[in-house]
Order: sequence, then C-alpha cells, then structure tokens
Amino acid sequence: MWDYLKLIGLGLVAVCAAIAANYAHDLAYQVNAITVMLAAGLAFLWVLRTAGDPKVTNQAEYFDGVIRAGAIATAFWGVVGFLVGVVIATQLAFPQLNFEWAQGYLNFGRLRPLHTSAVIFAFGGNALIMSSFYIVQRTSAARLFGGSLGWFVFWGWQLVIVLAATGYVLGATQAKEYAEPVWYVDILITVVWVAFLVAFMGTLFKRKEPHIYVANWFLLSMILTVAMLHLVNNAAIPVSIFGSAQVQLYAGVQDAMVQWWYGHNAVGFFLTAGFLGMMYYFVPKQAERPVFSYKLSIIHFWALIFLYIWAGPHHLHYTALPDWASTLGMVFSVILWMPSWGGMINGLMTLSGAWDKLRTDPIIRMMVVSIGFYGMSTFEGPMMSIKAVNSLSHYTDWTIGHVHSGALGWNGMITFGVLYYLVPRLWNREGLYSLKLVSWHFWLATIGIVLYASAMWVTGIMEGLMWREVDANGFLVNAFADTVAAKFPMYVVRALGGGLFLAGAIIMCWNLWMTVRAQPARETKHAFVPAE
Amino acid sequence: MCAKPIKKEPKQVETTGHQWDGIEEWNNPLPRWWVWVFYATIVWGIGYTIAYPAWPLIKEATPGLLGASTRADVAAEIARVDEANASIKAKLVAADLNAIGADPELATYAQNAGAAVFRTNCTTCHGTGANGFEGKGYPSLIDNDWLWGGTMEDIHLTITHGIRNTTDADARYSEMPKFGVDGLLDDTQIAQVAEHVLAISGQEHDAASAAAGATVWADAGCNGCHMDDGTGDRAQGAPNLTDAIWLYGGSREAIIESVHFARFGVMPDWNERLSEDEIRAVAFYVHGKGGGE
Repeated sequence: MWDYLKLIGLGLVAVCAAIAANYAHDLAYQVNAITVMLAAGLAFLWVLRTAGDPKVTNQAEYFDGVIRAGAIATAFWGVVGFLVGVVIATQLAFPQLNFEWAQGYLNFGRLRPLHTSAVIFAFGGNALIMSSFYIVQRTSAARLFGGSLGWFVFWGWQLVIVLAATGYVLGATQAKEYAEPVWYVDILITVVWVAFLVAFMGTLFKRKEPHIYVANWFLLSMILTVAMLHLVNNAAIPVSIFGSAQVQLYAGVQDAMVQWWYGHNAVGFFLTAGFLGMMYYFVPKQAERPVFSYKLSIIHFWALIFLYIWAGPHHLHYTALPDWASTLGMVFSVILWMPSWGGMINGLMTLSGAWDKLRTDPIIRMMVVSIGFYGMSTFEGPMMSIKAVNSLSHYTDWTIGHVHSGALGWNGMITFGVLYYLVPRLWNREGLYSLKLVSWHFWLATIGIVLYASAMWVTGIMEGLMWREVDANGFLVNAFADTVAAKFPMYVVRALGGGLFLAGAIIMCWNLWMTVRAQPARETKHAFVPAE
Repeated sequence: MCAKPIKKEPKQVETTGHQWDGIEEWNNPLPRWWVWVFYATIVWGIGYTIAYPAWPLIKEATPGLLGASTRADVAAEIARVDEANASIKAKLVAADLNAIGADPELATYAQNAGAAVFRTNCTTCHGTGANGFEGKGYPSLIDNDWLWGGTMEDIHLTITHGIRNTTDADARYSEMPKFGVDGLLDDTQIAQVAEHVLAISGQEHDAASAAAGATVWADAGCNGCHMDDGTGDRAQGAPNLTDAIWLYGGSREAIIESVHFARFGVMPDWNERLSEDEIRAVAFYVHGKGGGE
C-alpha cells in the first residue's frame, strides 16, 4: 500500500516537473525541472522494482546505510567545494582565467556562490546530517526514527545541492549571501529539513537512555534554529511558478538586517553549534576520555545559543543600520567570546591525560588542531565585531581569512577526523588503510590553512589601510585598482594554500577508499545496547 | 545509566554517573578564569550600552550618555575638511582656467585634488595611469591625440557635460553612421574603405583595393568628419585615422567592424557627481598628464 502511494506521488512529481520544464521562463528553471523529473523518475523505477520485496531490516540494529552514504557524500562534496575554491582563488589572482567562452557560466561571479554553498551546505551539511544520525542513534541506544525517512533526508539534500549548484551556474539566484537558492529550492530545503528534524527528534523520543547527551543538545539547536532562519530570511513571492525569479518580502536596511541575522546565525548554528555537537561525541570517543566538564557544557551551551542570535548586526557596522542595532550586535558578539571558548575548553581538556596520543594518533591531532582553530576564530570574531576594528577590517580580505580559518581549520579538520573515525566502523574494517597518509593529510591541510589565513590577514589589513589613507586635504591617496594590484602576491599564496588543502582532502579520499576496499573485515556489533 | 558515581583517580573529581555509548562526563567545576572573563565581558557590555546608543524603546533607542553618533562623526569629519579647504576651493572656482598653473599654491592643490578625484572616479575606464585601454574604446589621456580637444577649456567641458550621454543636453555629441548595418555600404565597399584607412595610417595594405576605397571614402562622406586626409576633426570628436593610436583597434578586422557597426563611446556628465572645484581640479590634473595643450 505504502509503495503504491509512493509510486503515485513520484509519478505526479515527475509529470508536473515535465510540464514545468515545458513552460519554463528561463533556462535555469528548465534545467532544474528536468533534474527533478529525472530524479523522481529514477526513484519511481526504484520503488517499482523493489515493491513487494520483503523488508529485512533488523529493527534491533542501528540504521547505518544512510550514514555510509552520508560519509561518501561528505568526502565527495568536500573535494568538489575545495576544488571550486581553488579555481576561484586562482581566478582572483589571474583574472584572465575568467575565460571569454565561459562568461555567464564559469566566471568568478557564478562560481563563488557555488564554492560557498558546496563547502557549507554540501560538505558541511552532509557531515552534519551524517554525524547527527550516527550520534543520535548511539547516544540514544535506539534505531533512527521513521523507517526510511533517513534516506529521504539524504537524497533530498543531494537534490537540493544539485538544483542549487546548477541554478547558480545558469544564473538563478536570490542574491543573498549563503541563501542564494531560489524559491522552489528553498521549499525543498524546508521539506527535507523538517524530515531531518522529525527523524532526529523521533529518535530522541524513543531513546533508551534517561538523559539526552550534550552533543544532541547542540545538534537539535542547530536543526531548530536553521529551520527558523531559513524560513524568515527566504520569505519571497515567486514572479511565476514557471520561473526562478522571486521578489523578496523585505527591502532596504530591513532586508540587510534579516539577511545578516540569517547569515551570522548560519555560521553560529550550522557551522558552530552543529559542529560542536560533532566534537562532543567524536573527541571523547577517539580520546577514550570522559568529557572534561558537564557543568561547563550546560552553561556554555545555553549562553552560546542565547547570545549568538543577537550578534548579526556586526555585519552592518557603519551602514544604513541605526547606531543602536550596531551597538547591540557588537556587545553581544563580545560577550559571546567566553561561551564560544567553553566548547574549546571542554574539547581540549577532555584530552588532558591523553596528550601522549597526539604523538601516535593523527586523528586526535586533527581534532586538536580543529579545536585550536575554533578557539582562534571565536576570539577573532568578537574582536572584528568591535566597531573600531571593523572600520578597518570590513569589506577587506581579513573577513575572508577569518571565515576560512574557521571553515578550513575548525569545520574542515573536525570533519576529516570524524570521517577517519567513522569509515572503518561503518564498513566494519580493521582500522584505517594508512595512518601515514592521515599524517600527510594533516600536514598538508594545516600548512594550507596557515598559508591561506596569513595571506588574507596581510592583504586584508593592507587594503584596509590603503582604502582609508587620505592626504592633507582629505583626498583619497589610493585608487581601488591600486589595492587590487598590491594584493596580487598574497592572492597567489592564498591559492597555493587552498591547493594544499585540496591535495590533503584527495589523499583522504584515497585512504578511505582503500580502507573500505583493502582492509580486512572486522566483526562489529551494530545492535544497540543501552549503557549500564 | 545512573550508576553510582565512582571515584576515578586520586585528586580527580567524580563523573556525573551517566554514560552514553561509553562516553562519561567529569563533574569538573567551571574554570575560574573562564567565569571571571565571562562576567567581565557582561559588565563591560552593560557599561557600553549605557554609554552608547543601544536599547530600542517605543519611539527611539536610548541615545547613550556619551551622545555618540556615527553619522554625526562622519558629518563632522567632512565638515572639518570642507572648512579647511573652503578658501582654496573658492579660489579654484574663481580662477581663470589657464591661470591655475601659475599660482603655486593653487596648482599644488588642484594637482592633488585632481589626482584623488581621478583615482576615485576615472580609473575604471581610463586606467590608474590614465593611459586608457587601447582598442577597447577608452582613450589614453597622456598623449597628444585628443578626440574632443586638449586645452583646459576643452577638457573642462568634456568632463562637465560628458560625451553622448542621455542625461546632459550639453553633452558633446556626434554619431557615426552604421555603414554596414544600415546598408549604406556593401561588404566589398567596407573592405575597400578599410583598406584605404590601412593605407593612410601607414599599414600594410592592398594598393588596388585601397585606391577603390579612397573613392568610397569620398562618396560615403567619411571625409565629412574625418576630413579628406583622414586626420579627423576635434569639433566632432572624429578621431585621427592616420596615426598609430586606435580607439577601437587598427587591425583590418577591427576597422571593418568599426565601419560596419559604427562606434558610440559614452562618457558620463560629471557635473552630476562632482562639484565645480573637483571638475576643475581633475581637468587640471588630466591636462598636466603630458598631452595638455
């Protein structure tokens, strides 16, 4: 019965998508509609072929298939996102790489949102969904709620990624940073995200443990807040149901404020709270040590989520935003410093007593560097939110450096650590194929980040100083083009750093692939047992 | 589960007694320094919001004890500079255009101000070195080859009203016919006249075709703007075609394209964006770049 309903639903989607493709007003919409049609068609065939097959899932085991798929997707989109990043970094250093034949498709303006969305939502998003499913099952001692709902979340998210990415290249965008997907992709995101919430919450509800583990607080706050941010910031009216254009509900400074309330909390809840959730499970597991302080985890959790949500206005200092909003954004950002560092302390101190593992375990080393970069970025962030500092740093490459020390250092490194932890366990393998390759990955990535971040500090502060330089009569000393020319060497260093980071990720993929292919199998228990 | 808390190590605190998938938690107290820095930031935050505009009320936000306002700060800074420059600006506006250079104080000011105005507004098209973009339609301003004249008065007029824009009725205006698009000349004739242009600019050309092109040149009325000898006419912004400087490229293909489609380079009327003293300053700066007459 359920299969027939699915077939009807998928058939309807495929037919409607075909009709939509036929009436499409623009190419991006048409390509997206055809993509949806093909996806629904393939799903239709799959359901049709497997309809009536006996379901042989063991309800007493963890639902790990979707996590395996998530691990593959994380690694794949990671490499794609880093590659596009290296491409656009090189385009900035050598603008002639914006080839004439690729104008309107592969020039910097089209590729830049592709890069940011690929790393944040494709790489980061898959990492978060995958580890949420893993963590919530293990720490609840329960199978993932909702039958195959996990698969819907996984495939729905991949469809979101493909629709958004092809849309960007063909010019469909809302022109809101980190919220570029157009209205129908936003609707799909909402549906998938609600399914994610249901699967996660459902599992928590049927947990066999009396308490909810700290990692799950962070993950749940991430899921709930991102849902709210997404709905508010993407409020828009489509121009036509057969086109990708929309009119946003807010205008002017209100629009800017909503956008950066969203933008900053995408960093705060997606890239900070969510990844702290990952840290709170995988660091104690890999270190085999208890979490340093339960008290600290409670206090810094509530402080973090209460304060983060107000910090958005610091993206709009010295703009049309009123002074009072600017002040509040700055004050909340500075007070946020210690709550952010609570996570760093809990992560690092969990390793105290296991510091010797740093010598022998490259995965622990990755996690430690990741927490280190987290601490550094969460100090740098509040500092840059101070108006006086911001008047120098705003609009410069310093911001780009700050974001990347967080994204590459914190989000990237912790995700690599998690993948190294998970893959042998998910595929029942006797450890990783090569720890030496993990070390190579570690050093390539670390040196890459250091090159990237320091290059951006140098160009950022330099261009900030050049922009504000005035002569005795109050006239600007430098043309904008002068600052662009002055940044050239640092742009090359930045591209080089990104290249090293990408090389490390490719080594990781090879290592993980060989782990699954060549390592001897190991008996792993997938049945869950509540802790004693 | 809630097993009895166990002592882990000597001098070590206890765990909370819970366990999830093998993970336990120490019941360590909050690090003291962490708590005190957190308190300090909160106290500082409260103080800062009292001192600066911060809390939104029903009609407006609290203004803060210091009466700080970023908009007022900017206005004061601009007013300070304006005041400092007021007398010399007035002097610049009143001066005879050709007499600016004679007054050292005025000349220094006009040179610096003009350079700043140029960097901010003009470099996008004319380049940071004012040498334009050869072949792209953005003329170099540092040579002697002027489209609309290189005297102070000419440059001042061009900057003030712009060229072929739709926003200023006094903009400099002229329009080359689209000889190919509008069917005024056929492809053969265009090729011939292009050959003629190659000939008068001293480039490699086909002599027979160029001779035919000379007839086309006269018949089509090219000489009306570019003159019989192709040296152009500054009154109409018609470029000199006999030198090696090309606004849209001097190759055979580029010339054919220019004749076929015509060109229509536009420059904004800067009187909308710049004040008279700024226009005079930047005119003086451009005039002094080497080609001024």
